[in-house]
Amino acid sequence: MTTAAPTPAHVRLANGIAAQFRHRDPATAAEEIAAHLRAFWDPRMRALLVADAEAGRPGLDPLVRAVAELLPPPPPRP
Amino acid sequence: MSLIKEPDLGTPARPGEPTVAVEIDGKEVLVPEGTSVMRAAAEAGIDIPRLCATDSLEPFGSCRLCLVDIDGRKGTPASCTTPVAPGMKVRTQTQKLAKLRRGVMELYISDHPLDCLTCPANGDCELQDMAGVVGLREVRYGFDGENHLTEPTDSSNPYFDFDAGKCISCSRCVRACGEVQGTFALTIEGRGFASKVAAGAGGSFMESDCVSCGACVQACPTSTLQEKSVVELGMPTRSVLTTCAYCGVGCSFKAELRGDEVVRMVPYKDGGANEGHSCVKGRFAFGYASHPDRRLKPMLRERITDPWREVEWEEAIGYTARRLLEIQAAHGTGAIGGITSSRCTNEEVYAVQKMVRAAFGNNNVDTCARVCHSPTGYGLKQTYGTSAGTQDFKSVDKADVILLIGANPTDAHPVFGSRMKRRLRQGARLIVADPRRIDLVRSPHIEAAHHLALAPGTNVALVNALAHVVVTEGLVDRAFVNDRCEDFETWERFIAQPEHSPEAVADITGVPADELRAAARLYATAPNAAIYYGLGVTEHSQGSTMVMGMANLAMATGNIGREGVGVNPLRGQNNVQGSCDMGSFPHELPGYRHVSDDAVRSVFETLWGRTILAEPGLRIPNMFDAALDGSFRALFVHGEDIAQSDPNTRHVTAALSAMELVVVQDLFLNETSKFAHVFLPGTSFLEKDGTFTNAERRINRVRPVMAPRTGKHEWQIVCELAQAMGYPMKWDDAAQIMDEIAVTTPAFAGVSFDRLDRVGSVQWPCDDAAPEGTPLLHVDGFVRGKGRFVETVYVPTEERSTRKYPLILTTGRILSQYNVGAQTRRTGNVAWHPEDVLELHPHDAEVRGIRDGDLVALASRVGETSLRARIDDRMPVGVVYTTFHHPATGANVVTTEHSDWATNCPEYKVTAVQVTPVGARR
Repeated sequence: MTTAAPTPAHVRLANGIAAQFRHRDPATAAEEIAAHLRAFWDPRMRALLVADAEAGRPGLDPLVRAVAELLPPPPPRP
Repeated sequence: MSLIKEPDLGTPARPGEPTVAVEIDGKEVLVPEGTSVMRAAAEAGIDIPRLCATDSLEPFGSCRLCLVDIDGRKGTPASCTTPVAPGMKVRTQTQKLAKLRRGVMELYISDHPLDCLTCPANGDCELQDMAGVVGLREVRYGFDGENHLTEPTDSSNPYFDFDAGKCISCSRCVRACGEVQGTFALTIEGRGFASKVAAGAGGSFMESDCVSCGACVQACPTSTLQEKSVVELGMPTRSVLTTCAYCGVGCSFKAELRGDEVVRMVPYKDGGANEGHSCVKGRFAFGYASHPDRRLKPMLRERITDPWREVEWEEAIGYTARRLLEIQAAHGTGAIGGITSSRCTNEEVYAVQKMVRAAFGNNNVDTCARVCHSPTGYGLKQTYGTSAGTQDFKSVDKADVILLIGANPTDAHPVFGSRMKRRLRQGARLIVADPRRIDLVRSPHIEAAHHLALAPGTNVALVNALAHVVVTEGLVDRAFVNDRCEDFETWERFIAQPEHSPEAVADITGVPADELRAAARLYATAPNAAIYYGLGVTEHSQGSTMVMGMANLAMATGNIGREGVGVNPLRGQNNVQGSCDMGSFPHELPGYRHVSDDAVRSVFETLWGRTILAEPGLRIPNMFDAALDGSFRALFVHGEDIAQSDPNTRHVTAALSAMELVVVQDLFLNETSKFAHVFLPGTSFLEKDGTFTNAERRINRVRPVMAPRTGKHEWQIVCELAQAMGYPMKWDDAAQIMDEIAVTTPAFAGVSFDRLDRVGSVQWPCDDAAPEGTPLLHVDGFVRGKGRFVETVYVPTEERSTRKYPLILTTGRILSQYNVGAQTRRTGNVAWHPEDVLELHPHDAEVRGIRDGDLVALASRVGETSLRARIDDRMPVGVVYTTFHHPATGANVVTTEHSDWATNCPEYKVTAVQVTPVGARR
């Protein structure tokens, strides 16, 4: 039996935000969520989210994946 | 400064313009209709002798000392109970009156101990004063007759004695308990000579419903009700006006001292927030400031397993600065941050956020408001344009319907709770939305019209249903909405959908549809309806959504922009509002202006000489996560005990343990300091110089009654740390910090210590347009222009009860304790609440074999603790409740990582738990 790794905080938070916007038109919702993340999230959290979306991390809400495309790509690893 | 004694005009002021002209002892005076002769005389500068009258209480007419002659009236009416009439001519001093008054006093003194010289109230006794005023020289009856002199003294209360032998049965204490406090714990039992004050059903004060607010002590004209501190230390000789450091009501107090020793705290009649009232914490629980647990010297240690080592300030600051710079050099500028304190002054908070932004060079600053009212800031800014409550406290006096959601003001904001109860006794209707049957649902002379006992976590479904009724039953204030708001049509279509109807959400909320409909109609049809709310709104996964839902409801019914209405957050700590105002959030500079705003950053960059990052920093929960992923390494914690107050203690302590440097500035070695490498001793409110801003945006002065016991003000320490890190940061005094705040922050443009000293207090915005402040917001238009309706979709929390954890835990506060208890646990208040207990419904107890007082295990999926059970049917079945005042219990061991979607405010109010018995009944 394997134990699932805990969901990282940025993924849990982003999915939670997506749930609040699910009633909206997806494109509008993605724009609004991206604006929210730009306004309230530290850039390192946004970078983690974008990196996870690019890597196809399972468990990310589809709306969050759309949001990630609106955010700048993460900086290259040193 | 000498002792401050506010004038007492005998009876309360009456509202209205002064239209009634009367002549008293030949002096003309003009007063409002309904004013008593006694008060009219006082306003003309004529003091009429009195004992049972005081201007905080309605006239009673029992002592018969205030008799006067009135032309055309028979006899000698009591001036306190006689209202003025046009053309009335009154004489307060005649031979006949003098004889009558001496006779009255003779009777009083014949049954009163003649121990004035050794009485604790000597020099502060109205009976003594009146004996002098009426010229009493002898007591013809002697002192051998039947009397009350040997009545026992009740010393059960930790803070005051009740010496029945000195009681004159004036009923001032009884009336204060009812009229001012609204508890009705006291009564006069017996008749005639046998009349005496009784607490509750005749037991001791501690056995009664007395909440130890001190109103009775304040009202007592003799030494019958006397502070033990006065008995022990003697009468104070000087006063310093200052502001309470407990809850967000922000009561004004006279700190009364002998030398530098505080004898007592007396509520100040001219205090804008409290108008002479107090609670057990502000009035009596100040002893922590001189508690032996106070740490007065800085301390260091390399590792958290090492013992603390006391050092001088220079070494502590030098070490801290060096380690912070080393960590930044190794891990980046963003690897460090700070947390400001809502218990500290605006000036201290401003200094800390400035240090973070200018000396640390990042926006990693947050405040303990993150874990309480951050959704208020978000929700009200989105809808109304500013992150603050809309009203002053006084506004509730004009409310016809009060909708109280997720707040328990009689415990958490007791002085405002008393004000609210007074309005309810006058006839205002009350709707309570709370899972628990809080005291306001039914208490003496108060009964809520509706108790909407909703399931925890369903606030948004409830507020949507209330709004649904308003929209679908034609209760919208169309004129207000059309004139003042935007996005209404979209919201109206959303909220009118059948899924939001009371019938549709009844299974979600557990609130019967007809009850909810009736409550919605009551709120919507009232001339003035006001919403008051607390952490039962904000500390949810949809806290911000709920704030916006309430804002929608108030706009839809036109309940914004005048007295008696509004959306009013009851803030938790003394300076939550101020700490938010001062730029403590990682995305906002002082005045709630986003860090991405070039023009705003430029104001601070020009003044501070440093570049400010345009990106938001880490919020407190993000700091913990970043600490565990290694990108955040050092934290300056200013006056907050995050290891006890923040959710999921195991997660918090793991994060603190992962950091290379934790700096704690506090009064005591708290739970967080167990993970700290540097301890910087802080100052109590009695040593602070600055301002607090309360829940009604009222900026009040905090004046030092003594020099800092640590040798330094906290803002000085912050400045020295910033300087040691290479950033020149200096002020000469706290007034200069406020001057800088005024220069940089438009809402504070008119605020200065000089102005506050002159006018007492101001409510922001205070600027050229409103130099005396702004009691009511959004009067002619919303701060953002148009009020914005926002669709509020109900999204259930992911925290669900399960077979393993079938109960829902909700946490909160209790009257006698405050926050993590660091202050109140070090006072006599432990007499009321020596430990946290778990309240649960008799059914939930019965099925688990739990009896009242049993030790029980409280477990969630993240942790387990144990505490005593209290079985109480005010809890609904399936919901349990506890407080987080005691570290031994550590209630946050069981709370989880869930948080408000918009602000990360923890979801303290919904945790799935199981409760099992582990020990025998105590």
